[in-house]
Amino acid sequence: MKFGVIVFPGSNCDDDMVHVLGTVLGQETVKLWHKEESLEGFTTDDCIIVPGGFSYGDYVRAGAVARFSPIMKSVIDFANRGGYVFGICNGFQILCEAHLLPGALLRNRDQKFIAKNLFIRSETDNAPTNRRLSPGQVLKIPVAHAEGRYYADEETIFQLNQNDQILFRYCDGAGEVNLASNHNGSVGNIAGICNEARNVFGMMPHPERASEMILGNRDGYSIFQGLAEAVAEAG
Amino acid sequence: MKFIAHINIMPKTELLDPQGKVVVKNLPNLGIQGVSDVRIGKHVTIALEAPSEQEAHDKVELACSKLLANVIMESYDFVIEAQ
Repeated sequence: MKFGVIVFPGSNCDDDMVHVLGTVLGQETVKLWHKEESLEGFTTDDCIIVPGGFSYGDYVRAGAVARFSPIMKSVIDFANRGGYVFGICNGFQILCEAHLLPGALLRNRDQKFIAKNLFIRSETDNAPTNRRLSPGQVLKIPVAHAEGRYYADEETIFQLNQNDQILFRYCDGAGEVNLASNHNGSVGNIAGICNEARNVFGMMPHPERASEMILGNRDGYSIFQGLAEAVAEAG
Repeated sequence: MKFIAHINIMPKTELLDPQGKVVVKNLPNLGIQGVSDVRIGKHVTIALEAPSEQEAHDKVELACSKLLANVIMESYDFVIEAQ
């Protein structure tokens, strides 16, 4: 089993991802340039990471151009065959633009770039990213985005709730999901979701920036630990 | 044949448009009263060649639906002008 971290022009969390997966978790991890047309050497026992950043300068819409990079055809095929795909921040936006995840990420309600530590609540344990967390568990994870306001129509939100596809919601330090803790205006305070088949995951906060004590916060570690275990079991 | 497409892309009406809201709030600072709503979108022009207007239309439709607009959050319309 191995991890592949896609690098687009403008990705800036790719090295953080390689560091966390490769050095902190000790997993085989390689970078994949977006111009590659195939995921050669990867099987659905492996995992593809779409990292954060500003792919193509966020032109047109965040993720809209990256979604048509040559490698994305293979990533879509990989996901449709059941391979694990995890997108963080810009990666989440790209996966939504590629229709691997439902909904879209709109400009933050207050028009500001938000860069701070926020609290998120794990909503399920039925996903690789959340299996190491108990439902209701609160994590402090940094966010850094201008387009993070999750939006989907009512029917889609109903389905997400119904199918237990909501991974994380923004909350306060005590785990209360309320208006005051909804910093970007996301529908239902949604911070992360998965697809119906539970093999594609996306979240706006950055757990890769909070996965070792030297950074003063290890809350994100469990997310990758759970994912790595699930990928290993799939193999 | 050469064509120019004039495309308007707007945030969907049911969605909050924070930019528009800021403009509504601040127009009184210019002495402009009575404005109840402002919505801000994008205008895109595409110059293209196609054998017919219909084919030009099809190309622009594809560009809009696949890349220029995200129909989850935006609506679009366009007119095609022969050059």
